[in-house]
Amino acid sequence: MKRSALAASMFMTVLLAAGSAAAQAPKATSTLDVVKNRGMLSCGVSQGLPGFSAPDDKGNWTGIDVDICRAIAAAILNDPTKVRFVPLSAKDRFTSLQSSDIDVLSRNTTWTLSRDTSVGLNFTGITYYDGQGFLVAKAKNVNSALELSNATVCVQTGTTNEQNVADYFKANKMKYEIVAFSSADETLKTYESGRCDVFTSDVSQIVAERTKLAQPDAHAILPEVISKEPLGPLVRHGDDQWFDIVKWTLFAMLNAEELGITQKNVDEMAKSDKPELKRVFGTDGNLGEQLGLTKDWVIRIVKAVGNYGETFDRNVGENSKLKIARGWNKLYTQGGLQYAPPIR
Amino acid sequence: MAIEARKPPPQFAARMKRVLGGRSGLSGIAMQLLFAAALVWVGYEIIANARTNLETQRIASGFGFLNNTAGFGVSQALIPYAENDSYLRVFLVGLLNTLAVSAVGVFFATVIGFLIGLGRMSPNWLVARLCGAYVEIIRNLPLLFQILFWYIAVLAALPAPRQSFSFFGVAFLSNRGLVVPKPIPLDGSAPFLIAVLVAIIVAIALRIHARKALFDRGSVVTIWPYVLAVLVGLPVLSIMVFGMPATSEPPVLRGFNFSGGSRVVPEFVALALALSTYTAAFIAEIVRAGVTSVHKGQVEAGGSLGLSRGQTLRLIVVPQALRVILPPLTNQYLNLTKNSSLAVAIGYPDLFSVFAGTSLSQTGQAIEIIAITMGVYLLISLVTSAIMNFYGWRVGRSMSA
Ligand SMILES: N[C@@H](CCC(=O)N[C@@H](CS)C(=O)NCC(=O)O)C(=O)O
Repeated sequence: MKRSALAASMFMTVLLAAGSAAAQAPKATSTLDVVKNRGMLSCGVSQGLPGFSAPDDKGNWTGIDVDICRAIAAAILNDPTKVRFVPLSAKDRFTSLQSSDIDVLSRNTTWTLSRDTSVGLNFTGITYYDGQGFLVAKAKNVNSALELSNATVCVQTGTTNEQNVADYFKANKMKYEIVAFSSADETLKTYESGRCDVFTSDVSQIVAERTKLAQPDAHAILPEVISKEPLGPLVRHGDDQWFDIVKWTLFAMLNAEELGITQKNVDEMAKSDKPELKRVFGTDGNLGEQLGLTKDWVIRIVKAVGNYGETFDRNVGENSKLKIARGWNKLYTQGGLQYAPPIR
Repeated sequence: MAIEARKPPPQFAARMKRVLGGRSGLSGIAMQLLFAAALVWVGYEIIANARTNLETQRIASGFGFLNNTAGFGVSQALIPYAENDSYLRVFLVGLLNTLAVSAVGVFFATVIGFLIGLGRMSPNWLVARLCGAYVEIIRNLPLLFQILFWYIAVLAALPAPRQSFSFFGVAFLSNRGLVVPKPIPLDGSAPFLIAVLVAIIVAIALRIHARKALFDRGSVVTIWPYVLAVLVGLPVLSIMVFGMPATSEPPVLRGFNFSGGSRVVPEFVALALALSTYTAAFIAEIVRAGVTSVHKGQVEAGGSLGLSRGQTLRLIVVPQALRVILPPLTNQYLNLTKNSSLAVAIGYPDLFSVFAGTSLSQTGQAIEIIAITMGVYLLISLVTSAIMNFYGWRVGRSMSA
């Protein structure tokens, strides 16, 4: 009798477990609602890449990728500090997003067709136009990537860089050896130890990683840029509203720069009665509400992180340690590639 | 001695009842069936759930990706591999790398472990203390830390390729690894391999004969001169008749690195070193436990037979200790194999790194790849256990003979 009682209770447990599994059967959950209920945005970033996403000495995350997340949090929760940052290695980042561990991935990630389709993700825009380059010790006297035949290359695993290297050396009929690491720090340390002749990555990330070397000036970036690396934020497939919110957060920052709206003058400009500005600031129409946000969404974003140009300059541009030129990342009106559709 | 076996109940139905329901009879059977049904249902729910989730997120699924081009390079491949090979090939390359580092690790872990374990019980105070210190230090530091330590230590100790240590101008040691001449088979290679094989078989047959003579008649037959003659003689004969089995392609420094030759990469050395020294600390304790479990009288009996301490250990203590040692030793072998997946930290291309790492992140097919990888580790573990169980069975049998 005792045994069957035990069996019965075990059976009930299993039933309950199965019942709750069935209850969790997928229904379209709105990421926006999840974020609002949680009061917190969960944002995937790198494990520490200066200028893009890295904790400063006080433990606050900063960087251009971090600012995208802060802007989204500001637009939804009216507070750019309500973000939980999840540091992810290159190879773990997509699984984390697929399994809903994070709401958005903003981690210097290259937009490619397969990531946009079979990996089950959607890129929302391009925060930074980049390309892949090589870093070599000046003492090696190499002036071109075409002199790298037979070289050993250090790279981070799970990146487009790992594949581009293979393509580049094959296309130029050069032999090479690749050593691939899961973490950026280990990749760089091994390069520094002399195990590899070259370190390869997106050029912006080489500039950032180079600052971590003992003697940054003893290493030079070769002139060749061997690939297109458009970096941007991503979301999961299957939630169009969320896709729109993340997409238009970046567009709002770009439009703000184009319209001359800055962190400083935003309150002043919000009083303007120009029709275009009234739409942007929500004093006319309900564009923000169409997104599922509030009318003042652009004001919230610009107040939190500034316009695109301000974010760029502060994190990677002239006001930062990296001092990267805007180049392709200038607005289209200044001869660059950055172009956002209109807010209307 | 023999106990009368209890007669099973004659009726088939009663027996079934017992098998299925235990003592609680028919209601027990019903419970069991319900329980099984519930388990099947839970399993089904999990799979169905995962499938719909993948579909709504439009994530690719299925195993078709295995035939797609991988498109990335690998630093060490035991079978020919190029960037335009498939993910299936990457899987094989990774699997072989895992097996290679595990096999080397298991071998050295066993040797070091036995030495340290026996050393810890040595009457020599200094040796015993040193071995004790080894165990306490090594087993109390995290393995990942030790792997990184060895990697950095190995790399720091080695010079750049241009300044490499040269061994008679044929082998070179640098921070790109150890390069040795690569054997290229010639016409004489097949007869040579056959000669070696035959020599080994003959040697084993001789040993079986010698043991039989020892056990059956107590006579000691000296076989080593014959074994040596066969093992050296046959291959030499083959070379004289059919010519050299292989020629070698020497490595030469070309630009940044050596080209030609075969190479052992530093990542392999560091990982094998870390895994074997770490696991050896645990094996040492297992060996000590096993030896301690052998009754003291056995050692004294060995001594009174006039055997030296070494002979007593080798012929009396260790064989009896093996019965206690083998099961936990198997555990350590399995641990070592699984721990080899930490390779990704130092860029050694093992299964976990190239398949469950790079391939997974390129294809995004986490469920399929993790399932395959888990299955493979499980299979490796089961095969290792089976081999060790077989060995244990043989030890047990020879003990009771
Ligand atoms: N844009 C490339 C590369 C991204 C990447 O992971 N780059 C490395 C370069 S070192 C990095 O940022 N690592 C920082 C980290 O892992 O925390 C991609 O999307 O695959």
